[in-house]
Amino acid sequence: MVGIALNGIQKSFGETRVLNSIDLQIEEGEFLTLVGPSGCGKSTLLRIISGLEAQSAGSVTIGDRPVDGVRASDRDLAMVFQSYALYPHLTVRENMMTPLRMRDLGFWQRLPLIGRFLPGASGKLEGMRKQVNETAEVLKIEALLERKPGQLSGGQRQRAALGRAMVRRPVAFLMDEPLSNLDAALRVHMRAELTELHRRLNTTFIYVTHDQAEALTMSTRVAVMMDGDILQLDTPTNVYSDPANLRVASFVGSPKINVLDGRLDRDGVVTVMNHRLQRRVPGATPQAVKVGLRPEHLRLVPEISGLGEYVGTVRHLEHLGSDVYLHVVLSDGTTTAIVRSDPDHAMGIGHGDTVRIAETRGAAMIFDAAGDRLPFEPVSESAPVSSKTQEVA
Amino acid sequence: MNMSSYHYLGETWKHAILIVGSIVVILPFYIMLSYSLKSPGEIERNEGGFFGSQEMMIDERCAKLREPDQAAIDSARQRFTGLSDSEIYKALKAEIDTECSVRPIIFNYTKAFSEAPLLRYLMNGVIVTVSIFVVQVIVALPCAYALSKLRFRGREFVFGMVLFCLLIPVHAIALPLYIMLAKLGLTNTYAALVIPWTISVFGIFLMRQFFMTVPDDLIDAARMDGLGEFSIVWNVMLPTAIPALLAFAIFSVVAHWNDYFWPRIVVTGNRDLFTPPLGLREFKGDADGSFFGPMMATATIIVTPLIVAFLLAQRKFIEGITLTGMK
Repeated sequence: MVGIALNGIQKSFGETRVLNSIDLQIEEGEFLTLVGPSGCGKSTLLRIISGLEAQSAGSVTIGDRPVDGVRASDRDLAMVFQSYALYPHLTVRENMMTPLRMRDLGFWQRLPLIGRFLPGASGKLEGMRKQVNETAEVLKIEALLERKPGQLSGGQRQRAALGRAMVRRPVAFLMDEPLSNLDAALRVHMRAELTELHRRLNTTFIYVTHDQAEALTMSTRVAVMMDGDILQLDTPTNVYSDPANLRVASFVGSPKINVLDGRLDRDGVVTVMNHRLQRRVPGATPQAVKVGLRPEHLRLVPEISGLGEYVGTVRHLEHLGSDVYLHVVLSDGTTTAIVRSDPDHAMGIGHGDTVRIAETRGAAMIFDAAGDRLPFEPVSESAPVSSKTQEVA
Repeated sequence: MNMSSYHYLGETWKHAILIVGSIVVILPFYIMLSYSLKSPGEIERNEGGFFGSQEMMIDERCAKLREPDQAAIDSARQRFTGLSDSEIYKALKAEIDTECSVRPIIFNYTKAFSEAPLLRYLMNGVIVTVSIFVVQVIVALPCAYALSKLRFRGREFVFGMVLFCLLIPVHAIALPLYIMLAKLGLTNTYAALVIPWTISVFGIFLMRQFFMTVPDDLIDAARMDGLGEFSIVWNVMLPTAIPALLAFAIFSVVAHWNDYFWPRIVVTGNRDLFTPPLGLREFKGDADGSFFGPMMATATIIVTPLIVAFLLAQRKFIEGITLTGMK
C-alpha cells in the first residue's frame, strides 16, 4: 500500500507563513486535487511532497517510509510542470530516457560515447528504450520521439512531459497546473485524457490547480485550500453541493454562487428579501446571515403568475448557447443575482426588463457572519428536497 | 507639408546620421585593406584608388641584396662576350630587377609572413584566447548558476561584489598582478597571458542574467529526474545557455585577441610567445623606412579570423535562440 501522509506540515518563507499545519491522508490510487486561488500555498505543498522544498515543520510519509530529508529523486515520485520543463536541447526520446538513465545507469555508464560499451550498459539501454517505446505508445507520441521540444505544439509538449513522468513508473504523479498553458478546447480534451490515464495506471495522482472546473471534473477527492489551510476535503460533489463555508462555496462553481443578506430570528427562521425560508436553523442565536443560492437554483417565472420570491431588473445577459445567465439587480437595489435560464425562457428578455425569480426549494445554504455553514434541521416534513444530489455543472 | 513628408524627413536625418557614423567606423578598415594591396610608392603618393594599379614593382631589399659585385661581373663575362664591365653590370642589374619585381599585393602578403613568424603569432593568439575562454566558462557557469538559482545566505551580497568588480579597470591592478606573476616566475609564459583573465566577472554577470530567465521548473524537473547540481550546470544549463555563451565568446575572444596592453607587459623579449598585436610591432618604422604595405597586410590577416568567427557565430546565435523552444 503506497499512500501518502502529511502530518502537521508548516512552511514559512522568512516572516511569511504560507502553510499552517496541514494534515492530509492521500489514499493509494486516488486522484486528489489541491485547488485554491493563487497564493494559497497549494504549489508549495506539492513541492514539499516532492522534496523540492523542505517543510519548516511536520513530516511526509510515503507508504511506510518517512521521507523527510530524502532527496527529491529518491522519493520515487514524478512531477509534471506547468511549463512542461522539457530539456530543450534533447529530443523527446532523450528527454524520456533521462530519468531512467539517472536511475538505472552507474556514473561511468552514463558517460557519453564510451558509457554504452561498459559491461551491462547495453542490456540496460535496450530495456530503457523498450520502456520509452511502450510509454510513447500509451500516449500516442511515437511519431514525435525524434523531435525536439521546440518543434512541438503545446499539447504535444504536454504529452511528452507526461511521458517523461510516466516512464519510470513512479508511486505517485505530482502535477502542478499541467493544463494551464493549453488553449481552452485542448484543456477540456486533456481533462478527459488525464482521467482516462489515471484509471488506466491506477496510480496516485496529486494535482494542483486554481481552476475549480478541473478539480470538479477529474478528482476522486478535492482539497480546497485558502491562505495556507485546507478548508474542505471531500468528493467533488460534496464540495460543490455541501460546502463547509462561504469561501468554499464562492470559490467552487461558475458562475459564482449568489450571496444574499438575510436575517436569522429566535425561532431559527431565515428571512431574506422579505421572504421566509421554509426550513429552520435549529439552536441558533438571532443574527445577520448570508444566504447562498447557486444560479441553477433560481429560475424565471412568468410576470403575470405572481409567483416567485424575488423581483429584479435585468442588468446584463450572458448567452452560452445551451444556457443563458441573467445578471439581475434585485428589488433592494444593491444585490446582484445571477440566474440560470434556458434560451427558450429567456427569449424576449432584454436589458432593463423586470423579471420575477423563484428559488428551488431546499437549495439555499446559510452561513453565519464568520462564513461558517449553519446546518438546517433535518427535514421530516413532506417538502421534497433533492438539492443534495445536484449534478455538477 | 503633410505628415508623411515630415516622416520621411525624419527618416532621412536618421539615416544620414547613421551613415556618417558607419563611415567613421569603416574608414580605418578601408584604409587598412587598401594599403595592404598597394605598393609603397602608391601609399606614399596616395594614388591608385582602392586596389592600386597593381603594376609590377621592384622589391628594393631583394635588389639591394643581390647587387652585382666584381666577382659576379667576372663570372658573367662569358655570357656577355664583347661587352665592357659597366655594360655587363647594367645587363646584370636589369636581370636582377626582373627577378625581384613582384605585384604589390603579393609583395605585401608574402612579406607579412616572411618578415615575422606570423603563423606562430596567430597560433599563440588561438592558444591564449581559447584557453582564456574555456577557463572563463568553467568558472562562470557554476558561479552564475549559484547566483541565480540557489538560495543561500549572502547571495545578494556576493552578487553585489561581482557587480562591484565590474567597475575595476584592468590597468589599475596591472602592476600588482605583474609583480605577483613575476614573483611566481611566470612572466614570459602562456600562464602569464591566461591566468589573470580566467575569472571574468562580466561572464559571471552575463550568464547570471541569462540563467535568471531559465524557468525554475526546468531545474526542478532535472532534480526530480535525479541530476545533481553539478550535472544540472553542465547537462541542463550549459546547453540552454549556448546563445548567451556565444555572445560572451564574442566579447571574450575579441577582447583578448586584440589585447596589446597585457601581452606587452608580461611578454618581454621572447618572440615565441608574441600574440598577433605584438607581432604588428615588427613592422613599425625602422632605419629602412616604414613598411606600411606588409604592416597593413598583417593587420588584415589578424582581424580576418575575428570577422569570420563573428559571422559564423552570428548565424549560430540566431539558430540557438530559435531552437531553445523555452517560451
